[in-house]
Amino acid sequence: MKNRPLLYTSYAGEMGLLNTRAKQLSVGLMILVALVLPFVLDDQWLSLLAICAATAIGAIGLGLVTGYAGQVSLGHAFFIGIGTFTAAVLSGDPNGRTLGFGITNMLIWLPAAGLVALVAGIIVAPLATRLRGLYLAIVTLGLVVIGEHIFAEWSDVTGGLGVGRPPATLDVAGYHVGVTDSVGTKDQKAYWLMLILLVVFALAARNLARSKVGRAFTAIRDRDIAAGVIGVNLPRYKTIAFAISSFYAGCAGALLYPLIGFIEPGSFNLGMSVLYVAMVLIGGAGTISGAIAGAFFITLLPTLTRQLMPLLPFISESSDRIPNLLQLQTILYGVLIIGFLIFEPRGLFGIWIRIRSYWKSWPFSY
Amino acid sequence: MSNVLEFHDVRLAFAGVKAIDGVSFEVGEKELFAIIGPNGAGKTSIFNVLSGVYRPQTGRVTFNGVDLIGKRPHRIAELGLARTFQNVELFSNLTVLENLMLGRHHHLHYGSLAAIAWWGRAKRQEIENRQRVEEIVDFLELEQWRKVPVGLLPYGVQKRVELGRALAMEPKLLLLDEPVAGMNLEETEDMARYILDIRDELHLPMILVEHDMGLVMDLADRVMVVDFGQPVATGIPADIQHHPEVIRAYLGVSN
Repeated sequence: MKNRPLLYTSYAGEMGLLNTRAKQLSVGLMILVALVLPFVLDDQWLSLLAICAATAIGAIGLGLVTGYAGQVSLGHAFFIGIGTFTAAVLSGDPNGRTLGFGITNMLIWLPAAGLVALVAGIIVAPLATRLRGLYLAIVTLGLVVIGEHIFAEWSDVTGGLGVGRPPATLDVAGYHVGVTDSVGTKDQKAYWLMLILLVVFALAARNLARSKVGRAFTAIRDRDIAAGVIGVNLPRYKTIAFAISSFYAGCAGALLYPLIGFIEPGSFNLGMSVLYVAMVLIGGAGTISGAIAGAFFITLLPTLTRQLMPLLPFISESSDRIPNLLQLQTILYGVLIIGFLIFEPRGLFGIWIRIRSYWKSWPFSY
Repeated sequence: MSNVLEFHDVRLAFAGVKAIDGVSFEVGEKELFAIIGPNGAGKTSIFNVLSGVYRPQTGRVTFNGVDLIGKRPHRIAELGLARTFQNVELFSNLTVLENLMLGRHHHLHYGSLAAIAWWGRAKRQEIENRQRVEEIVDFLELEQWRKVPVGLLPYGVQKRVELGRALAMEPKLLLLDEPVAGMNLEETEDMARYILDIRDELHLPMILVEHDMGLVMDLADRVMVVDFGQPVATGIPADIQHHPEVIRAYLGVSN
């Protein structure tokens, strides 16, 4: 038995998430690295990784609706915005400039942010049940435009364009994560919190993906007519996809802005939606780990290009000179999306699959 | 003998084109009913009406006493009507097992929240249904392809997986749309054997649409011939082969 790692003696064993030795080892290794990182990296990097983790939750959400269920949504920024402001309003100062209810406990505002976004997703879902492909993309694009207008104008809640408001407080049942104390610095604590939440959200999404719901999503993506004929209720499952995706978006927004420290109502625009689509595409559509990898990659990209600046002396850091860093980053996003679509449509996940099959079949080429 | 399916005077037109023009037939218990006819005769349209993809203008379709017209495809699937497609309509990125598990979709009774937790009912039902799928893998001899994405499989095997997906639904009536189209002799004979096994072991009534006359005449209990959406003749294979109207529909007439 020991020498036959692929021999399963029960269905439960075969269907487990970590059903091979290699998966167990690599996940174990990843957890180990994540545990060691806070003792190696400085707070600036930890804060960035915490932002990556919160972003990854949002990317997983878009991955479910676009990668799994095949419903291209450009409206993700709208749902992220709804979650962000729900959390900010709930936990905001009751006597402040903007609306606030003073419920600072994350265990309340986080689910609330997700649920409000989920309800918005269900309201929008009937569009998705009638449209597909590009038409759906255009309609969800309209959603972002409407959202941008509401966020800009409803200044009691959002603080107004260019002014903004403070985000939710990272306070878990009375324990403040956002301040440095004897346990650790605020960035270290934020890193731990986001890491744990990312693992929880990723596991939930992975479980959903391997269940009948996830299979129904992929069936709708691959062949919707056949999916209906074998018994998948199309409107129902498209609605579920939008609802869960919006829940993830809402939670991601609620968690992300406390790390940044400030909400700018103008940031929930098409650019943000496209960035999330890029994460899903570059990471690998139709996989959870791909969405996470894509989120980390895209979020770290500006910092990494900045680190590479000394190697490219002809590029200026100030934005009034040409060519400058911002332009380089924008071009890099575009090149990466095009490059991945042409050379590796399965994204970072596809690269991983290739490396894996190389090692599996070594020393033979296939 | 009571009828499983009654298809009565159905008419379906797209703009001016009459796809189905007053076709009636019924399928009895354990019967293998074949529908033949030249290309464009409306055979697949009949299947699409049965599975709820098309909605006919007039006519009545009852399945085990339940009216099918106007019902959504997934409702009809839940009533126990399964089909295969002329051009393989599998979910090509998914493995054989996942495709078969999708056939079990309406036999899995748990919600999204249970799925997220993957605990209790969700896990138990997944394992139970995985066992049922294994019986189909065994029945159709798909063991060596369990975890291969179906898009990578040879055409003949894909056809078999599609049959397996329909069987996984545990249907009360099986519609087979050209199950041996594009297959060589060996694959055709394999498929014929599976169809006979389904009839003999599972006692399933079936409707078969096929151009392979040898297969139809050997397997079918009764045959219906359609041409230009209209019924030409219905009867046992031996009578149909010599029916003058049928010969005219297939070969034309000389003046």
